[in-house]
Amino acid sequence: MPNTNADQLHGTLDMLVLKTLHAGPQHGYGIAVRLQQRSADVLQVEEGSLYPALYRMEQRGWIDSEWGVSDNNRRARFYRLTRAGRRQLEAETESWRRLSGAVARILEA
Amino acid sequence: MAIFRVLRDRLRALTGRARVEREIDSELRDHEDRLAERLEREGLAPEAARREAHRRLGDAVRLREAAYDVRGGGFVESLMHDVRYGWRTLRRNPGFTLAALLTLALGIGANSAIFSVASGVLLRPLPYPDPNRLAMVWMTNSRINLIEDWHSFPNYWDYRSQNSTFDDLAVFNGTSRTVTDEGDPDRLIGAHSSAHLFDILGVRPIRGRVYIEAEDRPGANRVVVLSHGLWQRRFGGRDDAIGKRIQLSGVSTEIIGVMPDGFAFPTRETEFWIPTAPSDGNRQNRGSLWLQVIGRVKTGVTVAQAQADLERVNAGILERFPQQKGYGIYVRNYRDQIVGDVRPAILVLVGAVGFVLLIACTNVANLLLSRSATRERELALRAAIGAGRGRLVRQLLTESVLLGAIGGAAGLGLAWIGLHAILGSAPPDLPRLDAIALDGRVLAFTVVLSLVTGLLFGLVPALQLARANPGETLKDAARGSSGLGRSLRRGLVALEMALAVVLLVGAGLMLRSFDRLQRVDLGFRADHLFTARVGLWGQRYQPAQARVDFFAQLMDRLAAQPGVAGAAGVGTVFLSETPNSTNFSIEGRGDFPPEQAVEVPVDSVTPDYFRVMNIPLRRGRLFDSRDRRDFPPPAPPPIPGSPAGPPVPPPDFNAVVIINETMAKMFWKDEDPLGKRIKYGQQNSQGPWMTIVGVVADTRRTGYDAVVRPETYLPHAQSPDSGLTLVIRTQNDPAAFLPSLRSVVRGIDPGIAVQGGRAIEAELVEMTAQRRLNTMLLTVFGVCAALLAAIGIYGVIAYSVQQRTRELSVRMALGASARGILGLVLREGLSTSLLGLAIGLAAAFALSRSMASMLYDVPPGDPVTFATIAGIAALVALLANLVPALRAIRVDPVQALRQ
Repeated sequence: MPNTNADQLHGTLDMLVLKTLHAGPQHGYGIAVRLQQRSADVLQVEEGSLYPALYRMEQRGWIDSEWGVSDNNRRARFYRLTRAGRRQLEAETESWRRLSGAVARILEA
Repeated sequence: MAIFRVLRDRLRALTGRARVEREIDSELRDHEDRLAERLEREGLAPEAARREAHRRLGDAVRLREAAYDVRGGGFVESLMHDVRYGWRTLRRNPGFTLAALLTLALGIGANSAIFSVASGVLLRPLPYPDPNRLAMVWMTNSRINLIEDWHSFPNYWDYRSQNSTFDDLAVFNGTSRTVTDEGDPDRLIGAHSSAHLFDILGVRPIRGRVYIEAEDRPGANRVVVLSHGLWQRRFGGRDDAIGKRIQLSGVSTEIIGVMPDGFAFPTRETEFWIPTAPSDGNRQNRGSLWLQVIGRVKTGVTVAQAQADLERVNAGILERFPQQKGYGIYVRNYRDQIVGDVRPAILVLVGAVGFVLLIACTNVANLLLSRSATRERELALRAAIGAGRGRLVRQLLTESVLLGAIGGAAGLGLAWIGLHAILGSAPPDLPRLDAIALDGRVLAFTVVLSLVTGLLFGLVPALQLARANPGETLKDAARGSSGLGRSLRRGLVALEMALAVVLLVGAGLMLRSFDRLQRVDLGFRADHLFTARVGLWGQRYQPAQARVDFFAQLMDRLAAQPGVAGAAGVGTVFLSETPNSTNFSIEGRGDFPPEQAVEVPVDSVTPDYFRVMNIPLRRGRLFDSRDRRDFPPPAPPPIPGSPAGPPVPPPDFNAVVIINETMAKMFWKDEDPLGKRIKYGQQNSQGPWMTIVGVVADTRRTGYDAVVRPETYLPHAQSPDSGLTLVIRTQNDPAAFLPSLRSVVRGIDPGIAVQGGRAIEAELVEMTAQRRLNTMLLTVFGVCAALLAAIGIYGVIAYSVQQRTRELSVRMALGASARGILGLVLREGLSTSLLGLAIGLAAAFALSRSMASMLYDVPPGDPVTFATIAGIAALVALLANLVPALRAIRVDPVQALRQ
């Protein structure tokens, strides 16, 4: 079941990670790098938050993980979006749009 | 599927925390490496890059813990932790642990043992394919109030050809033969049956074949099918036994097949099967009831449908043959037939052990409650430093389930011992005795029972904890236990008391029944009485005089043996439920109308029978040497299984008969029966008129709980049966007499076998074995229950006194008398116990009706039993309350207040 009322902070990081994995399986380091690049270096992901978030989402069944080989032939643990994760991503995106839209309207009023 | 992934992770975590941690570590290290490389590329010195990467990944230990929890290790690890913690707690309180474990082992063990019996007898399927479609067909006989009477051949033939609900129907009846070939003569129990009996049962021979319809008629080649046991015992399990001819009671018979191991039909003792081969006379005679009928109903047909179908067939028979009036149909599922009589007893026992287990649970729950009161501080402390309430509840439940599991393991040991004790004293004719074992089913039952038990008694204290407020408790613990706990404990005590009273009442009713039964006068002296059966066979004994002479000579020789006080013979000592019996007529009274006709057993006895058995003569005389004949008297209607005598000439001797008191009272109320004449069959039947020369006392020949029926005895000299049951009064142990008997019989004719051979008292014990076992088990359970309940009451009151020491001391210091304190404590405990007692008596009153069929001459609501049990229970409750109460008044107030 999509969990939309979780702590906004956690929720936001979860949503961003899910969005990143939406493009395809990725290892932890790759997720951190991609988030930083996409946000044009505005968002710096703390590894100390990233891994607990990954494990938490894995427990909830949003993502799945398995060992694989990365681009430069190194063993790495790859995370992959599950169907439940996809649903969660849609729900979170939707709720984020509503929230940010509302905030924007207030600020521009 | 998420659930599988979680399961996989947890399983993996279980197999090794180290591996899970290694995986997490290597993932984090990989990340750190990549980060360091990038930082280096961005211009940091290698060492600084490494440091920075390390800092960013933060506290690896903390990450690892979080990950480990997620990857499933947390649950398993905390469970292991709880188990270890629970184990330590249990070991720290050896007294508590031992008491709880003993209680549980008793409760669970008793349940497993009784469940093995119930499972074997009631649950395990019969060893036939699709056994639920097998049904016995009986005739109800309203003339003598019999619901399971046998059939005549023509009636069976009508059922078989006119029904539409059975695949097929077959007849059978028990028989016996003396086998003589190489080796000692051996008397064997076997059965006659129709050829298609084996098809109906669905069992095939493992060697050779079974007989066919063409062999099931007089004059056909005589064939026999052997049981596996007989084949092994007498023919060494050799294949060449098939086709061999053996002498069965002097008739050359071909062995054509061997049935599989374990096949025994209709009784456990059956060792061979031969065709029924009904004679032309038997095929016609509707008055000769000598066959049992079993059938296999068509798929999807219920017993009720089969019953209705055969009733329809029977209505046609009644229409054509009005003299069959009074006969009806009773179809009964074959399994019900076999186990139906013991089912109520087993269910009562299952209920009883269930109660014992409930009491055991209650006791342990009480122990836990008392202990959790003293542990409240410890638990509150753990809660204060961060343990969640759910976590604490889980830990308590883990402890109680651990207790349950250990108790269950010990209980399984007790069950094994108990089951062997039960099987050792079980009646040998207990149906399905061979199916009773501590098998996988019982094992599974015990495991589930132990876990459920653990949860059950653990739930009460755990829930109490869940409701408690840790803060309150910390403050409160110093002052004493919470009121909630106390009332809970008192409720449990009342429950325990009530359950124990129910069990005690059940045991009391059984004991009283058993006592009544033991006092029943059997009508003969059973001690020092040896019994065995001798059957004559072969051409040599075709002449009646030869049979008379054989037994006369045998009695003479036996009486001359040292240590023998007397010897006699009788048709059968103990009548089966459906004995060979026939209707009779009284001279000058006309025929009885069919529905009033009474059947009497026909028994020939040797002259000394009544003296040897100590059956008193009430009027007239016993048989003596006058009662002879010089040719066979007309036999009563043919009794199947015994060889037909030669044709009957008209009587020219004085045929005599002795009747029992019941018969005299029933038919000659105010008259003197002596000198009156009766005959078997109708007034115009062929038999001779027999003069009543004596009336003897009644005997209970179908067992202790039998109704006495009218009986007739004929002198063996006038009714020379070929087989007699010997009764020999010995001066020493009758069981040791068998070798002497064998050698005496061999001395007269080496071809004659002795069948059986044991003390009559042993047979009587066997007849009451099931009742004895039920009584013993219920008594044991009742006493266990009472003991457990007493311990429970004692524990609760003692605990409450201990908790109130301070309060009681204050009262004493303020001048309360010792008697006042005693009353105060007793009032509290006794009111609870007496409440339980009252509830228990009411419940027992409602439940004891389910035992009605197990009782003898005692009503289920027997006031004497109820009063006695109430008294005993009250006394037990008083003692259990008094001991801790007395301790309360011995407390030194000064000492108590200082503490």
